[in-house]
Amino acid sequence: MKIKIFYFARLKETLKFSTEDLELPDDTFAQTLTILKLKSYLAKRSDVWQQMLLGKLKVRGAINHELVDDNAKISDGDEVAFFPPVTGG
Amino acid sequence: MIVRVQTEDFDSGLEINQLRNARKDTGAIVSFIGQVRDLNDGDTVSQLTLEHYPGMTEKALESIVNQAQSRWDFFDALIIHRVGSLKPTDQIVLVAVIGAHRGEAFKACEFIMDFLKTEAPFWKKEVTQSGERWLDAKHSDDVARERWVK
Repeated sequence: MKIKIFYFARLKETLKFSTEDLELPDDTFAQTLTILKLKSYLAKRSDVWQQMLLGKLKVRGAINHELVDDNAKISDGDEVAFFPPVTGG
Repeated sequence: MIVRVQTEDFDSGLEINQLRNARKDTGAIVSFIGQVRDLNDGDTVSQLTLEHYPGMTEKALESIVNQAQSRWDFFDALIIHRVGSLKPTDQIVLVAVIGAHRGEAFKACEFIMDFLKTEAPFWKKEVTQSGERWLDAKHSDDVARERWVK
């Protein structure tokens, strides 16, 4: 499966990634992929990824422009985004 | 409904006039303007940078107006939010609501701002004398949002 991931604000700056295309083998992992599973998968890249995605910062996830919770299922072709709590207005 | 995310400044008087003149049965106009402060958490702020998620931000703002419309009786709403680099006293956001009477318009305007603060994907980074820092979400904003959730 192929997905596109966007990172914003502190995540983008610290991870030095604004967007990436991720390709995963079409196995059970991909078929049952959720926001939390993807966070854990990406967190294995390094300590910084671990800290940013599973640390103190309450990282929120979005799928195809909709805010979702950690259990939301990710499908092939989805646009996923990770970002810190919002601070607009 | 008008929802705009832009780097340029806006003329709040002009925007509000266009909105209120669109309907002759408008009896109440409630608006809120947020602007950049030169002080935050005890530090002098010289610059504020706003980042957003193009596509999702506009969609989230439209959804907030739709939610307000399902709860209160008002005619129309406008949201303009700036992104990019701003300085103290620069306008950040304008929310305006028109309706027949003030009660529903006041509530809708406040609801839109409270949800914008907690759900619309915008992030602020400020420059102070001690350097750059991303702002943390405020607990008081979550409390303000919770008031509307029954």
